[in-house]
Amino acid sequence: MAFQILLNIGLAIIWMLLRQDFSPVEFLIGYVVGLVLLYVLRRFLQFDFYFRRVIAIVKLIFLFLWELILANIDVIKIVLSPKLDIKPGIIAVPTKLKTDWEVTLLASLISLTPGTLSMNFSDDGKTIFVHSIDVPDKEAMIKQIHNSFEKAIMEVTQ
Amino acid sequence: MTEIIISILILLGGFLSLLGAIGIVRFPDVYGRLHAATKSATLGVISIMLAVFLYFQFIEGVFSGKVLLTIVFVFLTAPVAGFMIARSAYNVGVELSDKSVQDDLKKAINKKGKKARS
Repeated sequence: MAFQILLNIGLAIIWMLLRQDFSPVEFLIGYVVGLVLLYVLRRFLQFDFYFRRVIAIVKLIFLFLWELILANIDVIKIVLSPKLDIKPGIIAVPTKLKTDWEVTLLASLISLTPGTLSMNFSDDGKTIFVHSIDVPDKEAMIKQIHNSFEKAIMEVTQ
Repeated sequence: MTEIIISILILLGGFLSLLGAIGIVRFPDVYGRLHAATKSATLGVISIMLAVFLYFQFIEGVFSGKVLLTIVFVFLTAPVAGFMIARSAYNVGVELSDKSVQDDLKKAINKKGKKARS
């Protein structure tokens, strides 16, 4: 992946030299041209086309922003409701993610969306303990975390 | 037009920070209060920062990278801080509020303790 980015930047610099123009705009055009070239030639490279991952990262960011807004609305409703009718609890969320890096990312994303706060890990790093402000249905919540964040993270890392 | 967007963002940020403060007062236990303190306030700070960035970009005409970095660092530090405070509170033995319906962590710790003793 790093090699491909380097290649892409190299192509952009060659483009700038050919155009005799060293402005950032020209660099961007060169970068896009290089990207297209890499995409066309992806079958002759021994590795995956790296931009697929970049798209997955962008998807993850947008998913996260969307969840952030939705969850904030939920918490606003809870805070402003006249009777504090909540059922807080700690839930063990199992995860299929393997490396420390991925689990950390998942825990941070869970923490950043309001209403849920990751509190602790099990020793083998396979379970995250999540404190939730309102647990009407435990299974539904675990499923939701699996379907949104975990899936998106897996797309990035594989 | 840009001024309207900036005003909306600043008002939103102020509103969210206010909600965070209300939440700190109203929630029953440490963990609930952490939710209010770390999350609503984070989004509040971020929307104010976004407004500052837009103001400098479109009205003063200055690109201010520092403000964008602030957003990144708030995003990086808020979950870590919340995680550490919640974890140390639990390890020190702060009780969950009596409204709580579930405590999987306690079960896990008890199980582990039994294994260690036997």
